[in-house]
Amino acid sequence: MNRNKFTNRRIFFYFLILSSSLILLIKLFFLQIIDNSYKLSAEKNVVKQEIIYPKRGYIYDRNKILLAGNQRAYDLMVIPREIGNIDTLKFCKIIDLKLESFIKKIQKSKNYSSFKESIFLKEISKRKAAKFQEYLYEFSGFFLKERTMRKYTENSCSHILGYVSQVPDYIIKSNKYYNYNDNFGITGVERSYEKDLRGNKGIEFFFRDVWNRKMGSYKNGKYDSLAINGKNLDLTIDIYLQKYGELLMQNKKGSIVAIEPSTGEILTLISSPNYDPNLLVGQNRSENYIKLYKNKNKPLFDRSLLAEYPPGSTFKLINALIGLQEGVISPGTKFPCDNGWEYNKDLKVGCHKHRSNLNLKEAIAQSCNSYFCHTFGKIISKYKNTNIGYNKWRDHVLSFGLGNYLNNDLYTGKPGKIPTQSFYDIQYGKNRWKYPTIISISIGQDALLLSPIQLANMTSVIANRGYFYTPHIVKKINDKEINNEFLIAKFCSIDKKYFQPVINGMENVISSKFGTANNAKIKGMQICGKTGTAQNPHGKDHSIFIAFSPKDDPKIAVAVIVENSGWGSTWAAPIGTLMIEKYLTGEISNSKLENFIKNATIIDDSYEK
Amino acid sequence: MRSNKVLFRNIDTQILLIYIIMILYGLLNIFAANYDNDIMILFNFKSEPFKQSIWILSSFSLIFFILLLDGKIFASLSYFIYFLSILSLIIVLFIGKEIGGARSWFNISTMLSIQPSEFAKIGTLLALSKYLSQININISKLSVQIFSLTIIFIPILLILLQPDAGSSIIFFSFLLILFREGISKYYLILAGIAFSLLIFSLKSSTKFLIISLIIILIFLLIYMINKKKLKSNLKLLLTVSIILFSYIKTINFIYNDVLKPHQKNRIDLIMGKVVDIHGIGYNLNQSKIAIGSGGLFGKGFLKGTQTKFNFVPEQSTDFIFCTIGEEWGFIGSFFTILIFILFLIKIITMAERQRSTFSRIYGYGIFCIFFSHYFINIGMSIGIVPTIGIPLPFFSYGGSSFWSFSILLFIFIKLDSYRMDILR
Repeated sequence: MNRNKFTNRRIFFYFLILSSSLILLIKLFFLQIIDNSYKLSAEKNVVKQEIIYPKRGYIYDRNKILLAGNQRAYDLMVIPREIGNIDTLKFCKIIDLKLESFIKKIQKSKNYSSFKESIFLKEISKRKAAKFQEYLYEFSGFFLKERTMRKYTENSCSHILGYVSQVPDYIIKSNKYYNYNDNFGITGVERSYEKDLRGNKGIEFFFRDVWNRKMGSYKNGKYDSLAINGKNLDLTIDIYLQKYGELLMQNKKGSIVAIEPSTGEILTLISSPNYDPNLLVGQNRSENYIKLYKNKNKPLFDRSLLAEYPPGSTFKLINALIGLQEGVISPGTKFPCDNGWEYNKDLKVGCHKHRSNLNLKEAIAQSCNSYFCHTFGKIISKYKNTNIGYNKWRDHVLSFGLGNYLNNDLYTGKPGKIPTQSFYDIQYGKNRWKYPTIISISIGQDALLLSPIQLANMTSVIANRGYFYTPHIVKKINDKEINNEFLIAKFCSIDKKYFQPVINGMENVISSKFGTANNAKIKGMQICGKTGTAQNPHGKDHSIFIAFSPKDDPKIAVAVIVENSGWGSTWAAPIGTLMIEKYLTGEISNSKLENFIKNATIIDDSYEK
Repeated sequence: MRSNKVLFRNIDTQILLIYIIMILYGLLNIFAANYDNDIMILFNFKSEPFKQSIWILSSFSLIFFILLLDGKIFASLSYFIYFLSILSLIIVLFIGKEIGGARSWFNISTMLSIQPSEFAKIGTLLALSKYLSQININISKLSVQIFSLTIIFIPILLILLQPDAGSSIIFFSFLLILFREGISKYYLILAGIAFSLLIFSLKSSTKFLIISLIIILIFLLIYMINKKKLKSNLKLLLTVSIILFSYIKTINFIYNDVLKPHQKNRIDLIMGKVVDIHGIGYNLNQSKIAIGSGGLFGKGFLKGTQTKFNFVPEQSTDFIFCTIGEEWGFIGSFFTILIFILFLIKIITMAERQRSTFSRIYGYGIFCIFFSHYFINIGMSIGIVPTIGIPLPFFSYGGSSFWSFSILLFIFIKLDSYRMDILR
């Protein structure tokens, strides 16, 4: 017991117990009760939101044939921290990747985050995914995430449909709906109807563990929202006619636009050369895009909406109608043509050889240049000065839906060009030009420019005898007919009665043996048309043809442009009449003509699909 | 002796009650830490709660055996047990299984591994108690102090060779026994100063510390010159400053040149020098998140999210306190700490009532072990002590530690049952 004199020192030990426990308790008090930040971190830790992607809406043609559906695809995801000791070479071989790009991609993911998942490879095909799945256990840190991507079921309509890709940055910035890596329609209907097609994303909150495994829903799904699938679209396109047109246009540059005049529904919208829309789906999109972009025939360029051509002789119809409306000509009016129209020695417009002193009907059928130069001169001269006359004339032209955007549901377009008075004032000086200065505008040249869809719409106006419906591409959304301003008729400034003589002339273009498109005649069909040849400063003339049929109660109006192919009668006219026959009867009576067109190659180097 | 006739004669029931509360509450939390929406885990032979139950049940037979023994046997076998544990610490360096970079386990079978450092605690404590309880020992003699330190430092060195810094720290706590047994109080003051200097030199820059010390010394010098006491104290002042500077330099040297990078990182983290929640600080941060998210009342039994979804690593062993903090909240933490306070105070009072010096020293010894485990384990879970992987007694999952804690405690309970006997 001798050493028990130090028994007082036990006080130190009591003090030690209580003071250290107090330190622990104070710290715990702050941690658990005062400081709320740990509670938030805990939620952030375990509650994860997952976006549920809706199914993108399907796209059908007017006959309910599927054009764009969805297919299952997989994103290869990676969490860099969890990558184990993997056989990189084997990995690259399975997913078809170069070693350098593997290293680059891993670095990119690491830069994003070592702990969070990121997309390593986007949209790999089902086959590759299946193969990878087999070896998944060897590649820790990698996993597959299902998503859907487009599948275009018909190898057609590439420009109409457009394509879907990763949403561009400027959209993410301006639209809160989109997140990085979301899908977004870039062009075509995919773009203009993006809002309908995409649907609405849903959000699911759930608990996750440290390995990101789902561990049950958060607060019984109170904050979850369901994904709403995209709406299905029925296009106005007739896929049979579209594909037939594409067939006729193969190995040619140009465009076909067909419209149902009584509704404004676009039946075909062809830009040639085109491409397989599936090229711009999935993993190889950017690679294919660059190839298409570099192709010198510019398959990505939508000629039907974006190309602008001088309308050539087809524009004579408009001048004829304005002449009739202004009362400067009548159906019986005749003008002389001595190999053309001559103002003075220096100003002449030539014409091909034909019987002289034609009336209106004959002048249209035989496309007499002189007749329409005279007509244009009379229209302008009717007014006390050129400016007033020209503006009057121009107003008539604009009422055909020309010189401006159509403001329809296509995602792109061009206004074309109907020159203003000031355009000529700048070119020639104020009051220093008169109608002879710009006489070639009467035969569709000079500074005139029309896009193929405008040309087709102009044909529609004539077919309807004075009005048109805005050409549009979507017929039904989720099986409900569209109901908007496209269903309201827009009238041009020409009275209905003046159309008949012009239409009679158009009928003769094909039916009369002197008609410029007599070669494109289809037995037993009443087709009214007009050929045109657009002079092209860059090369051979463009061949143009517009037509509608039947003469009374027209069902289809069509505009055809074949670039650098020469006379309108040679190429564009047969294509136009074949299209009409195909649409109205479903078959082709003159297979010789069909084959001649189909097999012709009018392109610098054949475009390979 | 007659005492053996009745097994539970004079057994302290209060400490037994605290012990039972601890193992039951501990088991509940090990179950919660492993719970996976599936009650069947209780019946899975490989699950931790099941295994821990086996450890607890098997320890009962061990306890029974200890209580059966004659209490004198611990004192008489103490040097032998010490020798055995030192031997096992040497052997483990050669044939031990390497876990987490340290060779500190004997792998007996897949189900059973034993950590010799756990049992070395018992051996060392028995040897120390035996040595210091000898009649002719005077602790104020330097030779006695040196011999005591040797008993403590042999296992420390061997454990550092494994290397398992965490376990070796526990042995330092035995120095407190020497204080209780009468070593000069200046040692304690010195240790206090040394410890605070250690913290300061690790927390702030060494330069700053040395400059402050120099300023203090200059003031002391001026003070002494003014009081004209300079001559008599100059020698002392010089010695003190030399010791201080060399001490700081040594800490600096150990920190920069001896410690491994991961150990350095842990220290920096506690000192708040680095913030890195994904790297080395991941465990600590996740642990704090789990405990902090418990709030006042906790998320409820089996309702924890952080510990359940494996955000907290080693959640049933070293970080078991996270489960308590998350599911039972501050109330649960407070209760756990209260239990430990009661437990530790009980041990001190029990030790003080011993007539036998051996028993008293032994009692203080287990106090040191339980106290340091308690403070370091909970302290590291809430970030006031560096992350040192040591278990929370009777709470953490693990057979070796549970057994060794039980043996330590019940040897004391057995020794305590002789408290009425005349002398030893």
